[in-house]
Amino acid sequence: MTLSTPHLLGIKDLLPSDIRLILDTAKQFKDVLQRPVKKVPSLRDVTIVNLFFENSTRTRISFELAEKRLSADVLNFTAAASSVKKGETMLDTVNNILSMKVDMVVLRHSASGAPHFLAKHIPAAIVNAGDGINEHPTQALLDALSIEEATGGLEGKKIAIIGDIMHSRVALSNIYLLSKMGTEVTVAGPPTLIPKYIKEALGVNVTYDIKEALQWCDVANVLRIQLERQNQPLFSSLREYNLAYGISRKLLESLKKQIVIMHPGPINRGVELDSDVADGNESIILQQVENGVAVRMAVLYLLSQAPTLKGGES
Amino acid sequence: MKTILTEQQISLTIKRLAHQVLENHLDLADTVIIGMQPRGVYVSDKIVEELRSNLPEKQVNYGILDITFYRDDVRREIKVPNKTDINFSIENKKVILIDDVLYTGRTIRAALDALLDFGRPAKVELCVLIDRRFSRELPIQPDYAGKVIDALISQKVKVLWKEKDAATEVIITE
Repeated sequence: MTLSTPHLLGIKDLLPSDIRLILDTAKQFKDVLQRPVKKVPSLRDVTIVNLFFENSTRTRISFELAEKRLSADVLNFTAAASSVKKGETMLDTVNNILSMKVDMVVLRHSASGAPHFLAKHIPAAIVNAGDGINEHPTQALLDALSIEEATGGLEGKKIAIIGDIMHSRVALSNIYLLSKMGTEVTVAGPPTLIPKYIKEALGVNVTYDIKEALQWCDVANVLRIQLERQNQPLFSSLREYNLAYGISRKLLESLKKQIVIMHPGPINRGVELDSDVADGNESIILQQVENGVAVRMAVLYLLSQAPTLKGGES
Repeated sequence: MKTILTEQQISLTIKRLAHQVLENHLDLADTVIIGMQPRGVYVSDKIVEELRSNLPEKQVNYGILDITFYRDDVRREIKVPNKTDINFSIENKKVILIDDVLYTGRTIRAALDALLDFGRPAKVELCVLIDRRFSRELPIQPDYAGKVIDALISQKVKVLWKEKDAATEVIITE
């Protein structure tokens, strides 16, 4: 059994069986990460380049660690320190790197659709590590694994996605994934940060009342306010956002039940999440980071048999 | 299709293998048993059951090992991994690896690699229900073999279990 796609461009293209396969494989890799030797030789003949045209800490380190745990050779590329600054196009950059015999490309780019473009033009397996405001598939997969661990499953569970839905690729990937797996989704936040026809387009519930969303859900996935992507004022101040939509200890205690808090990071403490919530018992933020490595190992492992890099009988 | 071992013969063979293991390891004080995923586990489950009934006072350390990530042909065909569960240390222990059929020896090669990631065993022995001799691609031989058979490369030897398949038997097909 293998994935139905040679690339991981987005959750949108995956079948529910693909998602199940990735999550189940990730659980086995999670076991590997508990062993004395946290490494397997599966990809020792594979070279992977991490192309990061946009800043990232967690995702880049997580991918790099996943690649090293699979024994792959790793090349790191960050746009800030490269010939992109001299005017080289992305396709030229990637083709130059590929001519040095690279098998897989992990791409983060600020333009939505950049990995889809690359997949059409180059003969390597592409993993999308976040493209603009489109998708961040590995984040959605690690969120799904974390939800499964915290609640025992995905089907029939209720997940609230809270905050900056408009600019969040994490939100979009999560919505695609959870809808495919039979999870109920509500998005909540200020009206200016929720796309107008999201209910009709993606079949999620919408509320502008944060408490209502929290009261309804089993798990709240709280998103970062992405100031760098907001080129017009969408709320008056961070302080006001925190008062109206931030999650505080007091708000959690006013609920009549226990919920789980997730956040894809980096957290703006005191904006979308107060510190005592981010560090509280209900938070599984650090487990999410741990699951990230296992999920990325699973994705890279399962994609390593793409026809373009089939080894052996040639 | 030809039956090589019937259910009754398999159960006798497994009893014999368990006793041979006991002969060499007496009370299993420094010995651990590891079954190979996916199908070696059916054999190891039964051998361990037999060992435990012979040593009711003793704790028999028993784990299962999946070698998917260690296969030398891993990228020709991606396989879905199974569970590995070794919740004890194998450092300086005598390890008995158990599988159903020993054929090319490549699975066992991978298992040795995988085992070393859990520690440095004092010794590793191999116990198989069926040994297809003359078809080895690596210098690996069993220490305990239930039945040794000569089969052509084109033939397939299958160990079937009623828990999973229609009946418990060992068959050879063209």
